[in-house]
Amino acid sequence: MARRRLSIAAFVVAGLLVAVLLVVFVAPHASTSPDGLEKVAADNGIDRHVRPSAVADGPLADYGVKDVDHEALGTIVAGLIGVAVTFALVFGAMWLVRLRRWRPPAEPVAG
Amino acid sequence: MLAMHIPDGFIDGPTSLVAGLVAIAVIAWSLRMTARTLDEREVPIVGLVAAFVFALQMLNFPVANGTSGHLLGGVLAAVLVGPYAGALAVTVVLVVQALLFADGGLSALGLNVVNMALVGAYAGYGVFLLVRRLLGRSAPSVATAAGVAAFTAPVLASIVFTVEYAIGGNDAVSIGAVAGSMMGVHVLIGIGEGIITAIAVGAVMATRPDLVYGARGVTEPEPASAAAPVGVS
Repeated sequence: MARRRLSIAAFVVAGLLVAVLLVVFVAPHASTSPDGLEKVAADNGIDRHVRPSAVADGPLADYGVKDVDHEALGTIVAGLIGVAVTFALVFGAMWLVRLRRWRPPAEPVAG
Repeated sequence: MLAMHIPDGFIDGPTSLVAGLVAIAVIAWSLRMTARTLDEREVPIVGLVAAFVFALQMLNFPVANGTSGHLLGGVLAAVLVGPYAGALAVTVVLVVQALLFADGGLSALGLNVVNMALVGAYAGYGVFLLVRRLLGRSAPSVATAAGVAAFTAPVLASIVFTVEYAIGGNDAVSIGAVAGSMMGVHVLIGIGEGIITAIAVGAVMATRPDLVYGARGVTEPEPASAAAPVGVS
């Protein structure tokens, strides 16, 4: 026993580090084949009315960085931004949720 | 393209709107339940889970003849931080993907939240509880049950998608054919989702089993001294 337990902070840092490593070293090698939904849609002809997303011209559209032609680099930068933004948003949201923690309705004042 | 969720134009406006309203209602309820049940020390963990699901969703793996799949992550999030916070975490991932990365149509956001965040975190967690009960209360059964439940999540999502398409699909096609090919490919994606989820849950069980929501009441309770303040700073 007696293995020192990872603190929460260390656990979160370690977890984020793994996410960063996945983005940097694995994401550029991810399969570029159409995914399940995309393939099925193309095979069955249910994608005839698809419209490009309203943000399709955004700076990070399609997990790349606009004007960065190096595809792997774009993927990595976009992915790191996504990891950071997602972490910050959810951390912040959960912190607020905790702050406004639900409490049982106040007991009616006796008398 | 690294991931694709339902784009604009697959499914008509009214159906997308209804899905959006359902999503908003369930998310509001999830927020309320999270506020009741979330432990303070889990606050950064939920953030980590969301960031991790985002990263994993970028990693498309090949499944069959020119098709890829990626993790949906609902079961992973629900087993780690509970279905309520898990649903919220995956929802934020989908919102970020739609707004920043143009992955998934803005009008289809409700559909994507229903199919991936809510089906995964709630229905998937239900499957997890069922399998965990069958396997018995042990630490390894948590990771195994998570893997089995994660296998079912993409299949359930593909069934829900087919129902949505049957209701509001913009192209007149054979629903049977859509159902068949959606389920076929998502069984394969489910295998990947199951393996990744089992590994991830197993890794957390090996380091901090006390942080795994789905292991509550399974692993031995920590002695009071070990549960002493854990700094978040």
